[in-house]
Amino acid sequence: MTSKQVTGLLCAAAMSLALVPGAKAQDKVVKIGAILPMSGGTASIGAHAKAALEVAMDIINNAHPELGSLPLAKNAGLAGLGGAKVEVVFADNQGSPATGQNQALRLITEEKVAAILGAYQSGITLTSSAIAEKYGIPFLTPESVAANLTERGFKWFFRTTPIAPDFVRIYDEFLTDMKAAGAKTDSIALVHDNTEYGTSVANTIASGFKAKERNGVIDIAYPVNATDVQAQVLQLKEKKPDVVLMISYTSDAILFAKTMQSLDYKPPLLLADDAGYSDPSFIKAVGKLSQGVFNRSSWAVGPSGSPSAIVADMYKKKSGEEMDDTVGRQMQGFFALVDAIDRAGSTDPAKIQAALKATDLKPEQLIMGYKGVKFDDKGQNILASAYIIQLQDGENYVSVWPKANAQKAPMLPYKGW
Amino acid sequence: MSFVLVQVIIGGLLLGAVYALFSSGLTLVWGMMNIVNFAHGDFVMLGMYVAYVVYTLMGGGPLLGAPLATLVLATLGVVVYFGLIRDIMKGPMLAQILGTFGLALLLRYSVFWWFGANFLSMPPNIVGGTYAFAGLRIEASRLLAGVVALLVTLGLHLLLTRTSLGSKMLAVAEDATAAQLMGIRPDTMQAIAWAIAAGATGLAGALIANFFYIVPTVGETLGIVAFVTVSLGGFGSVPGALVAGLLIGVIESLSGYLIGAIYKDIVVYVLFLFFLWFRPQGLMGKM
Repeated sequence: MTSKQVTGLLCAAAMSLALVPGAKAQDKVVKIGAILPMSGGTASIGAHAKAALEVAMDIINNAHPELGSLPLAKNAGLAGLGGAKVEVVFADNQGSPATGQNQALRLITEEKVAAILGAYQSGITLTSSAIAEKYGIPFLTPESVAANLTERGFKWFFRTTPIAPDFVRIYDEFLTDMKAAGAKTDSIALVHDNTEYGTSVANTIASGFKAKERNGVIDIAYPVNATDVQAQVLQLKEKKPDVVLMISYTSDAILFAKTMQSLDYKPPLLLADDAGYSDPSFIKAVGKLSQGVFNRSSWAVGPSGSPSAIVADMYKKKSGEEMDDTVGRQMQGFFALVDAIDRAGSTDPAKIQAALKATDLKPEQLIMGYKGVKFDDKGQNILASAYIIQLQDGENYVSVWPKANAQKAPMLPYKGW
Repeated sequence: MSFVLVQVIIGGLLLGAVYALFSSGLTLVWGMMNIVNFAHGDFVMLGMYVAYVVYTLMGGGPLLGAPLATLVLATLGVVVYFGLIRDIMKGPMLAQILGTFGLALLLRYSVFWWFGANFLSMPPNIVGGTYAFAGLRIEASRLLAGVVALLVTLGLHLLLTRTSLGSKMLAVAEDATAAQLMGIRPDTMQAIAWAIAAGATGLAGALIANFFYIVPTVGETLGIVAFVTVSLGGFGSVPGALVAGLLIGVIESLSGYLIGAIYKDIVVYVLFLFFLWFRPQGLMGKM
């Protein structure tokens, strides 16, 4: 054995010794796994989500009486489990469905987590939640929207976010109102990537629009993380749709904004389906080229001193970013999950599952603009909803629809740069 | 032919020139020492970040950013050669693959740690906006990248075929021991090759940064195209990479426009495999 190998072994031994004391504190800690894209093309989302969950852990584990009506905020730790603290075990899905699946397996069998939160990309939520289902561990997705996720007959799967059928209703009503305001909304191009998220949302919207007698839907699909989108922008330029609806992750959203400018293409109305367009780094990179883009969001910061404003401040201190819809939905999902564990008074998976099924959170107990959290038999939150926001100045989104929640009137047509 | 189709082809050519530009470094390293550099895409990424830092700290555009990126990456190339490549070249093929792959991850996650995972972007129009004539639009930043790609390819080709340095480098590539007997130091020549290859890659990154987004994982997105370009053009052939890059760019754009973007990779790779079936050494590679 060479000296190098001996040193290596010693290092390994030292590392395993260092890990032992951590195991002792386990009786007072509830471990929750979080599968997120910490690397790969959507790593910025994972970094933001990590900061958001750390803020949520702070709120739950320490006393925050200033947050008033939010469950779990008032006292330190989980009252239902004798003041136990919550610890999130972060796992990187690397943007790959196979990796997400392996991580779910690792979290359940090695980390012994009580429940799993994840996994941002719908395609990865699809595979990793199948593992949780097999092992009988609750899996809550706060942000994956592909419709089929809750159509699999799973018993351990829950979802707090609004989903594609909700979007159809929201977009249909929004476009109807825009038409009344003088915009043309006859032909609609759905521009989407070829991931689970892109294809399933596009399909649901296309069939939903058809059912609502909105014909003239043009489908433009592209491969995710594209190196170039000139051809797609030229297709749009030639077909001249009245409305372009973008269903894209951050990388492609940025590339589309840049390419639209270089090819001088402005649709009369540009509407984005959350995702990349809610990523703060999208706004920093190309916000000034995307002035007037509409976007879907369930997040709207309340007046100063309100729980949502305090949470937004805490998040900004932690991450240096403005709070956005995606991290808001992730935090909300996490709160709903931990609230159920608290009510279950146990880390027994079956008890957590029962508590999740009994969840009935009211709007004033939430940081997001949902009408509540209440799961149907499939695990879908039936009270999820969303607003339409607009990037009017290229720097900050303001809510513009529905009128009751609007900070400003919608600005038309799309301005671009 | 419609205007749009002309625009599609022009877009494809400009895209192809960029592919060629960031592939030339990869093909040079392969030609010189039979090493596939899996960290290549991450060298491009580093070049983009150098250009970005130059812009944010000094407000300099590509006139300052591109030479600086070339210099920084060339230095890195020499460091990587002496610190890693020289040793793993003596090991089995697997050590070479995993060695450069490990380097790729090290570079990528160092940038993650330092800059964070957020998407960054150069301001639009940093290179003089877009030229429009007869209904066609050509982005100045892409045109610049295309022109530089042609010049770099030509420069590298002349260097290898017309100069004494080039002859020495080729001699080392052919037979390092024989070259050493002739008084050429293989170490020096290979270090120079790494400096040139990494420098060209840094230059490519700095120019691509003007119209692409900048993120630590961008090397993954771009790296794959470099490998396809190099194997289509012929491993080790610099002009081959240029022709292959242009071909792939135009085929991608045309199939993306005519058939649909999600099918364009199928078209490119089917043609690619079909071509390699007849000519495994690539367009201009030697057997």
